Amino acid sequence: MALKRILMGLALASAPFIAPVTAAQLTVGFSQIGSESGWRAAETTVSKGEAAKRSVNLKIADAQQKQENQIKAIRSFVAQGVDAIFLAPVVSTGWDAVLKEAKEAKIPVILLDRDIDPSGKDLYLTAVTSDSVHEGEVAGDWLAKTVGDKQCSIVELQGTVGASVAANRKKGFDTAIAKHANLKIVRSQTGDFTRAKGKEVMESFIKAEGGGKTICAVYAHNDDMMVGAIQAMKEAGLKPGKDILTVSIDAVPDIFKAMVAGEANATVELTPNMAGPALDALTAYKDKGTTPLKWIQTESKLYTAADDPQKAYDSKKGLGY
Amino acid sequence: MQQAVEGRQPLLEVRGLSKSFGILRALDQVDFTLHAGEIHALLGENGAGKSTLIKVITGVLSRDAGTIRLDGGEIEPRSVKEALAEGIATVYQEVNLLPNLSVAQNLYLGRQPTRFGIVRDGEMQRRATALLAGYDLHIDVGAQLGHYSVAIQHVVAIARAVDLSARVLILDEPTASLDRHEVDMLFRTMRALAARGIGILFVTHFLDQVYDISDRITVLRNGRLIGERMTASLPRLELIQMMLGRELSETTGERVAHDRSASTPCATFTNYGKRGSIAPFDLDLRHGEVVGLAGLLGSGRTETARLVFGADRADSGKAAVEGKPVRLHSPRDAVRHGFGYCPEERKTDGIIAELTVRENIVLALQAKRGITRPLSRREQDEIAARFVKLLDIRPPDPERPIGLLSGGNQQKVLLARWLATEPRLLVLDEPTRGIDVGAHAEIIRLIRELCDRGLALLVISSELDEIVAYSDRVVVLRDRAHVGTLQDDGIDVSSILAAIAADGSVPAAAEA
Amino acid sequence: MAFQLPRRGLAQILALIVILLIDRMVSSQFFDLRLQDGRLFGSLIDVFNRGAPVALLALGMVLVIATRGIDLSVGAVMAISGAIAASLADSHAWPVAVAVALGAGLLCGLWNGFLVAVLGIQPIVATLILMVAGRGVAQLITEGRIVTFTSPDLAWFGTGSALGIPAPVLIVAGTLLVTGLVVRGSALGLLIEAAGGNARASELSGVGIRLMIVAVYVWCSLCAALAGVIAAADIMGADANNAGLWLELDAILAVVIGGTSLFGGRFSLILAVCGALIIQAMNTGILLSGYPPEFNLVVKAAVVLVVLLLQSPRLSGLVANFRKARA
Repeated sequence: MALKRILMGLALASAPFIAPVTAAQLTVGFSQIGSESGWRAAETTVSKGEAAKRSVNLKIADAQQKQENQIKAIRSFVAQGVDAIFLAPVVSTGWDAVLKEAKEAKIPVILLDRDIDPSGKDLYLTAVTSDSVHEGEVAGDWLAKTVGDKQCSIVELQGTVGASVAANRKKGFDTAIAKHANLKIVRSQTGDFTRAKGKEVMESFIKAEGGGKTICAVYAHNDDMMVGAIQAMKEAGLKPGKDILTVSIDAVPDIFKAMVAGEANATVELTPNMAGPALDALTAYKDKGTTPLKWIQTESKLYTAADDPQKAYDSKKGLGY
Repeated sequence: MQQAVEGRQPLLEVRGLSKSFGILRALDQVDFTLHAGEIHALLGENGAGKSTLIKVITGVLSRDAGTIRLDGGEIEPRSVKEALAEGIATVYQEVNLLPNLSVAQNLYLGRQPTRFGIVRDGEMQRRATALLAGYDLHIDVGAQLGHYSVAIQHVVAIARAVDLSARVLILDEPTASLDRHEVDMLFRTMRALAARGIGILFVTHFLDQVYDISDRITVLRNGRLIGERMTASLPRLELIQMMLGRELSETTGERVAHDRSASTPCATFTNYGKRGSIAPFDLDLRHGEVVGLAGLLGSGRTETARLVFGADRADSGKAAVEGKPVRLHSPRDAVRHGFGYCPEERKTDGIIAELTVRENIVLALQAKRGITRPLSRREQDEIAARFVKLLDIRPPDPERPIGLLSGGNQQKVLLARWLATEPRLLVLDEPTRGIDVGAHAEIIRLIRELCDRGLALLVISSELDEIVAYSDRVVVLRDRAHVGTLQDDGIDVSSILAAIAADGSVPAAAEA
Repeated sequence: MAFQLPRRGLAQILALIVILLIDRMVSSQFFDLRLQDGRLFGSLIDVFNRGAPVALLALGMVLVIATRGIDLSVGAVMAISGAIAASLADSHAWPVAVAVALGAGLLCGLWNGFLVAVLGIQPIVATLILMVAGRGVAQLITEGRIVTFTSPDLAWFGTGSALGIPAPVLIVAGTLLVTGLVVRGSALGLLIEAAGGNARASELSGVGIRLMIVAVYVWCSLCAALAGVIAAADIMGADANNAGLWLELDAILAVVIGGTSLFGGRFSLILAVCGALIIQAMNTGILLSGYPPEFNLVVKAAVVLVVLLLQSPRLSGLVANFRKARA
């Protein structure tokens, strides 16, 4: 936690001074997965902004969810002789050969958002990712604090069965509430990370739990499912955010809209700004030879109604979510 | 020579083989004998029982009665694989190999030479090359089979079959899609195999080829053995008589004489033809007149019918209905002009098995009226009831799926389908095929009645007696061309046979 | 005949009733109904409401399957039409948004019909093209985002109601009625069944098959487009990545459960809708049951197997033989 704070602080403090001096020469190739989700689009937008802020020439290659496209992109970056490569890997294995080529060409590789298979550890400089277990913990801690000593029955909207993010966010949340005997998950179903399924599952939860009267809080593994769940609650005549507390993860613009309307209580941010910390680590490495830690964890920031959701919405809505 | 062969024990000996499908006797007490080293042609028109016989011998179908002996020992293959294990191999018209694999792989599929479980490609190719050299075939065995001509594929299929220790080789219409040169190549292979003591059963429609290559001929008709003869001593005319039959059946009566001056032209085809299918012909169909199409299987009878009905598109000539030029590009066009067509393949081209008798009857009429003018259920019931009664369709239940009816009743439903459209011309392709004797007579009676009511009829039949009985005119076909017309008193079985048999020197296969 | 074949449709209706009763056992309030904001509210309503998109897809799919075809692109068409409707909802009047969305569906149907009927491409391959490309088109329209809207007019299609009955249910009922009238009120039904049962024989009987096949693919895509509008209206947003995802399989399953053979021929519109309801009754039951989500697919597969076995003619033959043997 402390380390991260320092890193972020360093980034903010150093950027205006260092950037103009060194970064003018830097060219970075970014192999992006594609536009599988709004968050991914926002990450691309933010990465462009962060690069522009530091006068880094960022070349983005959209892989359309295909590893072979990413490998092609990396090869072409190597051939162009870029200063560094950012890679958001679509899968965790199969990177050894192409990353070796980059290493032989002495081009540092930084992973964004996702990690790769442990065997490739020495093939990249660092990985900038969020800790999804921690995200679940932050959500759970907030709920525990907000509920206090009251009994609270929680319903959980899980992500896609088998997705590691879903498993991690469940694990973190479970760990956080395990410390509080008054918090209990009474129903848990998968909403496949989508609004439509989130709404459908919430509808059935409401019916199964006496019209929703016995539900104290909803925890959703992502905001999209929560947006659907909020609609389900409203259609059932319940007041989300008041009758039933909500906490979810991702911090997409629409959840802030709900927060402004008083229909959502809390969200944990999965920041789309992976490129910023990556660029900072890269600059430090290039200029001072500082080898960064193998894992740079991004902040999992909690947003509630107290954090000026309107402002958060305004700052996020243009990012492409 | 015959004596010498008779003295030996036959290689394959089939005795008293019977097989029925429902009420239909596909094979009735059939005998068949194949000797080692002979090429034996199995002949007969469609429905004669050739393919049923082959299927029973190769284990595809079970038999109801009879025995099959191979080298004197009784065998009872229950699958193609078991038959192959006994030494009986079949090569079909459509080669059943894998065109995307190499020639060598096809030859050794399932029995590749291996060492420690790994296929030895080099060894396999060497063996394949040597094997095919034995057939005088020198090709790159590493290339994909599909790159070679159908004839070479046939030889490869034969080589594979023989290499699988086959002693009996069954070739089911292998020459249907080959040109003259390729046929020669295939025949060389067959002769070489016969010389090695393999018995070859050969099915074909091309009589020239039969006389070219076969030692002996067995003829089937309507599931019965008509006779087994040495090729050299069987005149062509007699063979055709055996195939088409000439004994008069109970369906024959005296010919009904028509006053031909009264009949007016219904449909006229001038220089009508389609390349690769049927040579251009002139055909004049009149109201109240039955025109019979006679010829051997593959002579162009069905092709003529399909062209007349628009099921195939003509590439030459003109068509006119009631004197006015018309375009017949599809069955829809033909139906609009008042044509109807009962195809030969009742099951695949005629009935819609899961629909009811009623629905099958109204189908053509409904198609003619169009989607937006549906027949009400009451109208449908009425039409169905009328024809069930008129044609004595049994069981008389219009709501029964047609697939559950007997062949004869299915045929009547198809007739009803067209009669409901009140057609001016009806084309009937083998209307009595696969139908029991009672229904047979009824359908002949119907054809006459329809004709009396002013309908123009074009009827194809392999049953010459039938054609003689009801036709006012007979067009004779040979080698995909109309070769002659018989009229009025000139119509009798022997004249038709003579017309079919005349001058068979043109190689039929060269046309394909 | 010693036994009576089960009357057509009996198996499906029985299955639906049994599954609903099981749902009642799983959740005691299953049949409870109340009015909420002038709209009927309860688990039974959820079954009909949530089943609406698949029921709509099944109404189009059943005709395609009856002609011995298949349409894999319906899920993608849903995504396209939903994306269009959502994008236009706040800037245009709802009839414009809906009309353009349905128009896109019409084009998709023409494309599929053209590939199948004119170019003669196998339906599964022909519609696979749009299944893959269509979702991409939808993503282009939404630029990969979830496009939300606020127009209450368009939202009515997903969350509105009339006389207490949810709008999606009314739309399905209306579509069923219209499809039924068009198909059974004209000769189309008979000709489709004939063409599906035996295309060659139908063509030789003068049935114009091509146009008919184009028509059923167009109708299928139109139904899918309508389902897409409902799905978008339901969440007041278009999610191009997920809208209608895999629903083509549910639609095909609904048609098969409804007793229409994948080999074409006889079909039933009502039983196809019944099939969709069986699937949804099962889904809702699973959600109410409280089982861990890992069991969802296993339970679903088991129930589908039982329903299909119930209507298998071979099985009923075996049962009859067994009875005869005992008697």
